[in-house]
Amino acid sequence: MSPILQGILTIIIGVGGCVGYFYASNLILDKFIFPARGQHAGRNINRANKVRPWLFLFPAIFALSLYLVYPVIGSFYRSLFDRSGMNFIGLGNYFDLMNEGTFRTAVFNNMLWVLFVPAMATFLGLLVAQLTDRLSWGNIAKSLIFMPMAISFVGASLIWKFVYSANPDIGIINSLRDFIGLVPVDPIQVSFWNNFFLMFILVWIQTGFAMVILSAALRGIPEETIEAAIIDGANPFQVFFSIKVPQIMGTIIVVWTTITILVLKVFDIVYTMTGGNFGTHILPSYMMTYMFRDDGRATAVAFVIMILVLPVMVWNIRQARKEMR
Amino acid sequence: MDNIAGQNQGGRLAVNITVVILVLLWLLPTIGLFVSSFRDRDQISNSGWWQAPFSVDLNFRARVAADGAREEGGVFILEGNVFDDPALAQNFPDGEGVVAAYGTRAVAPDEFVAGQVSELRTGGTVVIERDGRYRVESPEEITRGPTLYFEARTPPKFTLANYRTVLFADGMDRAFINTLTVTIPATIIPILIAAFAAYALAWMDFPGRGLLIAAVVGLLVVPLQLALVPLLKLHTDVGIGQSFFGIWLAHTGFGLPLAVYLLRNYMVGLPRDIIESAKVDGATDFQIFVRIILPLSFPALASFAIFQFLWTWNDLLVAKVFLPSGAESQVMTVKIADDLLGSRGGDWGILATAAFVSIAVPLLVFFTMQRYLVRGLLAGSVK
Repeated sequence: MSPILQGILTIIIGVGGCVGYFYASNLILDKFIFPARGQHAGRNINRANKVRPWLFLFPAIFALSLYLVYPVIGSFYRSLFDRSGMNFIGLGNYFDLMNEGTFRTAVFNNMLWVLFVPAMATFLGLLVAQLTDRLSWGNIAKSLIFMPMAISFVGASLIWKFVYSANPDIGIINSLRDFIGLVPVDPIQVSFWNNFFLMFILVWIQTGFAMVILSAALRGIPEETIEAAIIDGANPFQVFFSIKVPQIMGTIIVVWTTITILVLKVFDIVYTMTGGNFGTHILPSYMMTYMFRDDGRATAVAFVIMILVLPVMVWNIRQARKEMR
Repeated sequence: MDNIAGQNQGGRLAVNITVVILVLLWLLPTIGLFVSSFRDRDQISNSGWWQAPFSVDLNFRARVAADGAREEGGVFILEGNVFDDPALAQNFPDGEGVVAAYGTRAVAPDEFVAGQVSELRTGGTVVIERDGRYRVESPEEITRGPTLYFEARTPPKFTLANYRTVLFADGMDRAFINTLTVTIPATIIPILIAAFAAYALAWMDFPGRGLLIAAVVGLLVVPLQLALVPLLKLHTDVGIGQSFFGIWLAHTGFGLPLAVYLLRNYMVGLPRDIIESAKVDGATDFQIFVRIILPLSFPALASFAIFQFLWTWNDLLVAKVFLPSGAESQVMTVKIADDLLGSRGGDWGILATAAFVSIAVPLLVFFTMQRYLVRGLLAGSVK
């Protein structure tokens, strides 16, 4: 069978099965289990309506618990076993990790990523949002800066591989160095700083996201407060830092945390750019080096990532509960 | 209105310039990739893409055949034109060009100025004129033509050869179809499931609703990495293994929290009267959902669809783990990251083209649907 036909067929089965479930389950509930007729019609309708939310929710709850709740437990359990998966070694994997230099480098680098990327992306996003606010071509500028959001991390890494190339005829950075008479260097191999070159790729991708949300927040600030400040003699910087920024602080924090979560998950950039060499490992990429080889280690690293995410998770839930009240 | 922010003319100019610089900074890398994808290997490694629109000096190697040699007064002479070398025909289709410098060793292809006579290592002399005519003189019989190196100005040249290689010869066509096979169901299925769940969470009354919403918010941040090992094992145990079906389920599970969250936030904002009057008229929840809520939620659905599409199209991690590693089920990101970067690491033209092919569809979707994407981002994620 040709791959195209196979693809189409599988698509139809997958999507059709999903639609079929919702349609059929509701039909069965209303027509056969609790039919809305006969002497118990009223009682049946009430009962059907008690069951229906769960009918609607079932696939979501099932998928969520299977793909996100179970793995938290499953991963922790698996991380307590050795490479073969047969021998229980308690926290052995975690102790081994702590003694390993690459793991410590990965943790340190991950800290750098978590501090630098969200801060930089939010800052640049806010800057662009503010600068383009009153610009006649602001929307065009915004969509061009937003564009990297659509590009895969692999694609973005390739794009930047060109920029960072050590060959002055390929990489624009080394071409500029060449122009002012400096020796070409391979930015990816400059220890410590190469982390920042990789981080900037993610900043390049995420600035657009921060910009879109912050720019909407800036638009939402009531005009009166700004006018009042100007009448009181505030200069543009004072208006921005003392009036606008405090008013959108909530949004800034949401953007910040969203990007932080993303940073903790991204492995593609390191994987494609350096493969973790030259001291650039971060936890997700470090985990991939054990994937398919040593599940005990891999899950242990994954669980360390989970622990790092935990504070953000708690904060998120509290924020959501506050909103609902 | 314009002056209210207290900006003067100079300030406006500064703002304009800053934004132009930022936009250029953001665009340059992608433009570089785009330009590079139309250049061939030699051009890429000899001149930067920013020089692509201009003529550049490139180094070439011409092999000279010895069979045209003749003897003249005890001296053996070999004459011809370097541009006649058939291997150079693609760079100099008219057989004409301008030689700026030449050399007889690969390490110094521009040792001598055109027209200057130089010694050959094997004895004798050689000269290449600006128009490409060369003349080798040797006291001994010439049995083997020397290899000549020269530097010539070549006009800008763009080619579709990279695209031909990538699209038809490199298995990328297969990877493209695989990516679609993964992406389309992995976009539609979670939306369907999430829409029903979001409706239940927004408009149906049942015990534990608040708790479920909190759980969804919490699950938003669970790192994918946790899921890989236990779920792959589970998939293998139940017989799905590494397959398209498995990757749909995985993408569905991972995409659901955001989908439920965005859609619920949107649906809660729909007017209560419509739903209540439909209920009074005797509509069931299923009817309300299909006839009223779904059409009204179109902006939010579209926005999430774009998100999920971009995310599954661009995904590398889930595909690496949940799809078999063979060529017949590779998606584009995996193909680029593992195959091309490994074996073709130095072939910049192919790399650029492959990357551009893989980002072309998301970019197209992005620029046509941007309005929905932004609207959805704002409707659901930030209050």
